[in-house]
Parts: sequence; structure tokens; C-alpha cells
Amino acid sequence: MEPVKKLTSSIAPLDRINVDTDQIIPKQFLKRIERTGFGQFLFYGWRFNEDGTPNEDFILNHPAYKNSEILAAGENFGCGSSREHAPWSLQDYGFKVIIAPSFADIFYNNCVKNGILAIRLEEADRVIQAGKEGKSAAVDLESQTVSCGGHTWHFDIDPYWKQMLLNGWDEISITFQYEDAIRKYEESHV
Amino acid sequence: MAKTIIEKVWNDHIVYEEENKPDLLYIDLHLIHEVTSPQAFEGLRLKGRKVRRPDLSFATMDHNVPTKNREVIKDPVSKQQMNTLADNCKEFGIPLAHMHHPDQGIVHVIGPELGLTQPGKTIVCGDSHTSTHGAFGALAFGIGTSEVEHVLSTQTLWQSKPKTMEIKVEGDLGFGVTAKDVILAIISKFGVDAGTGYVVEYTGDAIRKMSMEERMTVCNMSIEAGARAGLISPDETTAEFLKNRAYVPADQYEELKEKWLSYATEEGAVYDKTLTIHADEIEPFVTWGTNPSMGSGISAHVPTAEDYTQNSKKEELKQALAYMDLSEGMPITDIEIQHVFIGSCTNSRIGDLRAAAKVIEGKKVHENVTAIVVPGSFTVKMKAEEEGLDQVFKDAGFEWRESGCSMCLAMNDDIVPAGERCASTSNRNFEGRQGAGARTHLVSPAMAAAAAVTGKFTDVRKMNVYA
Ligand code: SF4
Repeated sequence: MEPVKKLTSSIAPLDRINVDTDQIIPKQFLKRIERTGFGQFLFYGWRFNEDGTPNEDFILNHPAYKNSEILAAGENFGCGSSREHAPWSLQDYGFKVIIAPSFADIFYNNCVKNGILAIRLEEADRVIQAGKEGKSAAVDLESQTVSCGGHTWHFDIDPYWKQMLLNGWDEISITFQYEDAIRKYEESHV
Repeated sequence: MAKTIIEKVWNDHIVYEEENKPDLLYIDLHLIHEVTSPQAFEGLRLKGRKVRRPDLSFATMDHNVPTKNREVIKDPVSKQQMNTLADNCKEFGIPLAHMHHPDQGIVHVIGPELGLTQPGKTIVCGDSHTSTHGAFGALAFGIGTSEVEHVLSTQTLWQSKPKTMEIKVEGDLGFGVTAKDVILAIISKFGVDAGTGYVVEYTGDAIRKMSMEERMTVCNMSIEAGARAGLISPDETTAEFLKNRAYVPADQYEELKEKWLSYATEEGAVYDKTLTIHADEIEPFVTWGTNPSMGSGISAHVPTAEDYTQNSKKEELKQALAYMDLSEGMPITDIEIQHVFIGSCTNSRIGDLRAAAKVIEGKKVHENVTAIVVPGSFTVKMKAEEEGLDQVFKDAGFEWRESGCSMCLAMNDDIVPAGERCASTSNRNFEGRQGAGARTHLVSPAMAAAAAVTGKFTDVRKMNVYA
């Protein structure tokens, strides 16, 4: 996993609440057995017209957001299915940071495990607005801040996840260090 | 201090704990299916890792399987995904109920059916509806593929202690009101993110009186309220259901039963939050929008923008109704449907099929409607055929299929065409869930059957079937 530290980028504003993972990556694209190549299918139903041409009205198709690494959205982002294909597709498309007032639990975990920084920020609507106005945001994980349009906001993150992200650790290798504890548990319980 | 079942099961499974860190939890049962596992197995192979406890893992094929003719898998990518699961199970020694196996079925139907699901266990699966198993008093939750890989290699997960929530269903359910209506009413009342960050325990008279199948329907949709897990304290009903199941050793039953019942929440235990709903405010439910909270009682109307104060909610309503092609304020009973799907891990068990059969017995599917029944497992299918339910459905004009997820997510050939409407007993009405452009209305099996007969949403209580 690539370490996540800081970045500055334009903000793609997805001004919708309760965006579910069926929208982020529709089921017809879940059949691949690889982790890669999902970006082309991101928000497929919204991004493309029925005939496969890009839907010009959808915000991600706007040229201003072509290279955005930050996505800002409404509350309860990533609800529904546990499919990790959702963060894989966001990442493959080019997003490294997602800012929303709240996230669904499984989606949030899935982001962390893939080195995507999901930021719970009460002021997410102001970041969405800044995105609409073509402004950029600077995100710094070490200091836990989002700066944009002259404001700097602090965000909370579990210290454990923060360490994982900053260092790009592989969680399974860490857990292997607890082999004794796992074996002891198995001897007494299972 | 009195403890909730949530705390008891959690504490029982802590392998390692340290301040300012999630707990390392032991996982008793890992269920696996073909869609969310291939990348996890590939991860093991790439790093030369093994499956730590194949004996605590169990796999099935459900999401992609054909329900018409098992021999014909038209989509080569679906076929590859299923073959990959079979190869992975073989390579790593994991038991598999493949497409032709008598134990095959939707992963959340077969776990309980086989008795793999038991009170007090920690159960995970790369699938958000793993919450279903909570009906037995197991702490069961959905995980992503990275976590699947983590469980495969370590049989543990790092988890932060959740907050606890009680959802109390007080009083007695009215005539013709089912478990599905209860959970849809809960989600509609409290919202799709009410449970985020919590594990929910369902309590109250109405829950206690439910059968295990009904409890599974309720727990199944916990995730639709944002809760990763939802459970119900075990009681006699729970223990009775598990008697003589394949994975419950008969000679240890009494001993196990005592242990199971000991997990129940103790009198006076405190939750971080309690929500209450009265059974008598619940009527048969129909969703009209594009998430499971957007639903109304059958006698009500589609809401109007004035019903909401928040702008984001007004906007969401507008988007949902545009997608669903419905107008603000229209009566639910005016919505006409073209498809009926009875199936999915929410409502595909024998009790669900009986409830639907009772409504359609001696009647015909409306001429504008295509209706299918997809039993949740091979076992359910056999049982239904033994009881003659298949004949009742077929006589009415339903198609009788093989078991699988089918039209719940339309990953196989069972798809609702764009622009058409489906009365579905599944759990998600998201845009495109049953096919690109398809419109889904979530209902109970009895309400789906009523809609099949009349071609539109109809109050099943007025159909003279409960006499
Ligand atoms: S029936 Fe539907 S919700 Fe249940 S596991 Fe299958 S796809 Fe998921």
C-alpha cells in the first residue's frame, strides 16, 4: 500500500447524499477477478448515457475535474453493498481523498485498507461549494487538516488507521506478529 | 454490571487488546462466495500465505449462478468467477457447496439451515447482509475483500468496539403485517444511516414472538439502516430451530443450548442509544424511492417536497421520483408493476414461500406481469416441492426457478428491463440494482404476491386470504 501524506488538488463536487456502492460501481462490473481496471466503470450509470457516450451533465465529465484527486460528497457516502470494488474503482480513476460529512462503516474501512483517505468533515458542504467554484483544497494527514478557500478545518481519524495510512503498512504482516496471542486464544476457546 | 449480548460476544472473542487500538477479534465462522473472494485468494498466493483455518470457513456459489438451466452459463466472466472459487477452495482446502451441491444456496440462507450459524459466534462474510445471522444472537457482519484476505490468513480482524443500540418493537403486529414490514418501517422512520457506528439489538414483544425466519428478515436489513450488525438475543425459539441441524452435534445439543442461552442480554443492561417503534403504527409497506428508507404504508401516498425541511432531502426526493417515474403525492395503490420477484436472502425461505403461495392459491398472475420465485437454497426448493408449493406458483403463472441471488442484484440473466417496475421481496431498491434503468419496489412476500395478482400494489389484508 502506498503511504498517504499530503496533497493539493481541485475538488470534484458530488452534491448528493446517500451515494450507494451500487452507483459507485454497478454489479455488472464485479465479475473481474483482479483488483485493477475498475476506474473505467466508476459511476457508470451516471457517467454514461445508454448508448455509451459520456453524459455531459454528470459532474465528473466536466473538464475542470478531470484530474481531481479529491472527491467531496454528501452524508452517508458509500452505503449499501460491502463491495471493495467501490474504493478500487475510485482509486483506479484517480481519487486519493474523499471528503464527506459521514461514511458508511464498511466503505470507510475498505478505503483505509486501500490507502484512500476518507475524511469525515462536518463542513463538507463548504468543500463541495469550493469545488463548484473551481477552488483547490490542501489535505494533510499528519496535521489532520483540510484547507480550502482561506479556511482550515481539523478532522478526526483513529490513531491506528492514521499510522497505517502514513506508513503504508500491510495489516496482515502486522497481525502475524500476534501469532502467539492467536494460538493461545485457539487453545483455550476453539 | 448487567451486560448486553453485544458486549458478551465481543468480550469472548478478544485475542488482544491495547489502549488506543482496535481490538483483535477471533472469527468463528468465515462464509465465502464467488464475487468478493477472488482478489483475497490471489493476495494469499502472491505472498505465499496459507488459509489458517479452512475448517472454520465455508463457501458457496450464489451471486452468479443461473436459476433456469444450471448447465448454461452464458457469460464467460461469470463462469470464470465460479470456476475461480472452485479452484481456490480446492487449493486451500475449504469446503464448498458448488452449484450442483445439495447444500447450495444463498450464503445467508444456508448458514442457518446447516446450523453453521449459532448464538455467540463471530461470523463474517464479504457481503453486507451477513447481519442476517444476527437473528441467532451471533455477532455477524459484512467485510470487504481486504478483510476477507485478513481473515483467511489470520482468522482474526482488528475491530474498534462499536456503540450499542437497542431497537425496540413494542406491542403486537397487526393482522397481515410481516417481519419485512417491520424492518422497512424501522428504516423509513429512523433513516438509512441511523445505525452507522452501532451494532443493533432488536428487542420487544413483537420480536420475541417472531419465528427464526422472520427474525432473519429483520436482521438481514440492519445494514440498510447503516448498522453493520443487528442481532436478537437467543431464546427457546432459537435453540429449537438449531436442533438436528447438520453442524449441530446431536450429542452435545443440551450443553450447547445452555451456552447459547447464556449469551442473552441481561435484565437492566444499558445501551448507548434506544429507539422505539410501536407495532400498531406499522402496516404493509411499499418503497417508492431509490433507497430502502423511501417507503410508505400501503394506504399512504408518495411524499411531496413539502414533507421535508432539509434541502438535500428535497433534492433527493426529486432525483428519486425522476428515476422511479412517479409523481409527488400519488397513492401507493396507483403504482402498476410489470415484474414480481420473490426471493433473496431477505425473503426466500420456506415461510416466505408459504406466505406468498397462500395469497396466490387459486388465482392467476395478472396479464401484464411476469413473476418468478427463486428459492433461497436447494433445501428450501426441495421442501417447497414436497409441500406442493411449486405447483401452486406454477398454476398461477409464476416461473419456478433454481436457488441463488438472481434478480436481487441481477448479476446473472435474471434482469428487470429498463423502465419497467418490479415488486421485489429483496432488500435494495438502489438505481439499477435489478438492471440498468429498472425500478424496484421493496415489499413482503405476501404483498409481492398480491401485486402479482392485481398488477399493482394492493393491500393484501383486503384480499380475503387470512380468513
Ligand atoms: S440475495 Fe441479494 S442481498 Fe442477499 S446475498 Fe444475494 S445479492 Fe446479496
